[in-house]
Amino acid sequence: MSTLNSSATGTSVPGSSSHNQDMLTPLRGKDFDRAGKLGTNFSVAVEALWVNRLRSLLTTLGIFIGVASVVSMVSLVQGFGANITDTIASLGTNMIIIAPGAGNNVSNTGLTSSGQISVSSRVTSALPSSETTLSLTPGDAQAVKKVADVAAVSPVISAEAQVVYGNQNWNTHIKGVDTSLEQIQNWTIAQGTWFSTSDEQGARSVVVLGQTVAQNLFAASGQDPIGKTIRVRDQLFRVEGVLATKGGASATDDVIFAPFPTVLYRIKNNGYVDQILVQVDDASNIDAVQNDITALLKQRHHINRGSLDDFNLTSSQQLLQTFDQIITLATALYVSIASISLTVGGVGIMNIMIVSVTERTREIGIRLSLGAQRQDILNQFLIEAVTLSLLGGLIGLLLGLLIGFGLTTRLGIPLVITPFSIILPFVMSAGIGVLFGFYPAARAARLDPIEALRSL
Amino acid sequence: MTNEKIPNPSSPFASHESATSTSSSTGATPRMVNADNQGRPAIVVHDLQKVYHVGQTRVPALRGISLEVSQGEFVAVRGPSGSGKSTFMNIIGCLDRPTQGSYWLVGKEVSRMSNWELARVRNRLIGFVFQGFNLLNRASALSNVELPMIYGGLTSEMRKLRARQALSLVGLGSRMDHLPSQLSGGQQQRVAIARALVNSPSLLLADEPTGNLDSRTSVEIMDLLQSLNQRGLTIILVTHEPDIAEYTTRQILFHDGKLVRDEPVSNPRDAQAECAVLATRNSDEDF
Repeated sequence: MSTLNSSATGTSVPGSSSHNQDMLTPLRGKDFDRAGKLGTNFSVAVEALWVNRLRSLLTTLGIFIGVASVVSMVSLVQGFGANITDTIASLGTNMIIIAPGAGNNVSNTGLTSSGQISVSSRVTSALPSSETTLSLTPGDAQAVKKVADVAAVSPVISAEAQVVYGNQNWNTHIKGVDTSLEQIQNWTIAQGTWFSTSDEQGARSVVVLGQTVAQNLFAASGQDPIGKTIRVRDQLFRVEGVLATKGGASATDDVIFAPFPTVLYRIKNNGYVDQILVQVDDASNIDAVQNDITALLKQRHHINRGSLDDFNLTSSQQLLQTFDQIITLATALYVSIASISLTVGGVGIMNIMIVSVTERTREIGIRLSLGAQRQDILNQFLIEAVTLSLLGGLIGLLLGLLIGFGLTTRLGIPLVITPFSIILPFVMSAGIGVLFGFYPAARAARLDPIEALRSL
Repeated sequence: MTNEKIPNPSSPFASHESATSTSSSTGATPRMVNADNQGRPAIVVHDLQKVYHVGQTRVPALRGISLEVSQGEFVAVRGPSGSGKSTFMNIIGCLDRPTQGSYWLVGKEVSRMSNWELARVRNRLIGFVFQGFNLLNRASALSNVELPMIYGGLTSEMRKLRARQALSLVGLGSRMDHLPSQLSGGQQQRVAIARALVNSPSLLLADEPTGNLDSRTSVEIMDLLQSLNQRGLTIILVTHEPDIAEYTTRQILFHDGKLVRDEPVSNPRDAQAECAVLATRNSDEDF
């Protein structure tokens, strides 16, 4: 007497006694609780977001702007950092710079004796154009050559000079150095040669040009600089060589080198040198050499215990460390600022999720009446919020990488991508999703099924 | 007779055993429901009370209801609005808890269960059919029917299989992928009924199931419910229409929170026969 259907067309034929091919067999206890609900929750979440595509996209805007800005800015900062590191490295590896003036006496760890990181004085002491105190002598340079594990030493006298060739002139720096400087600072000759030790001994008026100077004096006329005579201040010098570019900052190439005695006699003679550059044979010896040199110079300068040194030492390692710290600081700063924008994005997510829950109150009531646990409802909406924020994070990451790529290419600095810079945005977006999605999801889970079913 | 299991209080669902068809002789319709607690009544309600607090006022919605419903009964619950029948249904359906009294559903004391346990009961022992169908509008008929099984943790293969079976059973085998908006009222209610059956519940609760349907479709739905009842499904149906109540086998009348009448229906109408008559009259109408 059953009219329950079993025919193929799906229409019930009144009066037929069906043979129950499509019977629903009763379920056993073990049939239940076998499958997880994560996959279903996820597809429900995606479906719900897809239905309101525009709204979902606008909600992710806050997140993806935050993530895009942090990713692009951080890649910019990291790129600058890499650039500066390259520049510092190009100035010479395993190098110690001895400069006049107290500056901040450096301990082995690269901090000042008071434990602070002081950047400016270390930077100025590394730039040769500052001539604050006169305390280093050519004799000091000679003495330093004898310190253990020192590979090479060069004193440096520097002066500003206008150089003239034909109708081209250019303001640059002339530095009087030893031939060892080529090795100490890893200069590569592009044309001609560095000056020789005999040039040095004879104090000949020969000069080696950095790329920038060579370009500015000779590019216009297209002539080969080698062998030409240029005027430096009021002195005539012959060009022996042209240096290849160092990469890094362009100021590095804006320099000309001449033998130390030549510059001493002809350009600047005040009995003192502006810098002593020391190359240590191995990185592991830098600290020891620094200590030795400090002791030596203290002795030579008759500096008693307790009074300030009239010189300071900086190793290229310390410079790198300092800049590393700056970069890390700047990165942390950007991440903090971006967190503010992410918080705003999170509030946007929370807002939309509350709206979503209100809109779907009846649906929640249906699910509850069918046996959904409160935890199921919570999970459903939480997953929706996290999906939203992760989506924003993904788009932001891609966009940020794109912008970062564009900016770094434009500025000619390297693009640095670390696993950290990829993982961090994801973790942050997921965190935002959970944090700001929790309240709406909890609200949804707390709905009373009867009330919920009554709402439209 | 099957071995009667002693209910184990620590695991409320331990006795959810499959039916070995006990009463099947060659001509009898096979049972579709769990035959646990054979001989035990489906519902035992004792002195059920429910009081609502609206601001300062106490509103007693149920004033001590006691009754028993055996397995396989088809009960109509009637009464004017405010009589407490909706409150009663909500408690029977485990959507609400009584303020006082006890409610035993197939041998389990439901009135003392936690929210978590109640949700499990709703999922596995009770099937709901609502006046407004209450389907998810953005999901296909198949997905709608799968929903209770998802919350029951059934495997994907089992869900798909049973959903198809349930939809075929109610006559919608060709419309499984349709959205509710693509189905007529009667069809939507069939989907809702299929959904209610899919976890093999012990009890079907129908709240004005024909309220939104025209008279002809109403008869068809009652036909379906009667068929299900004949296979052993206990059905409790709330209605304010006397016509609909005539298809059932027992009528209960509520008034002012009390049970005022409880009597069997002497000659229930045969919906199947009536459908046949209607079919010959308007054969062009598609249900």
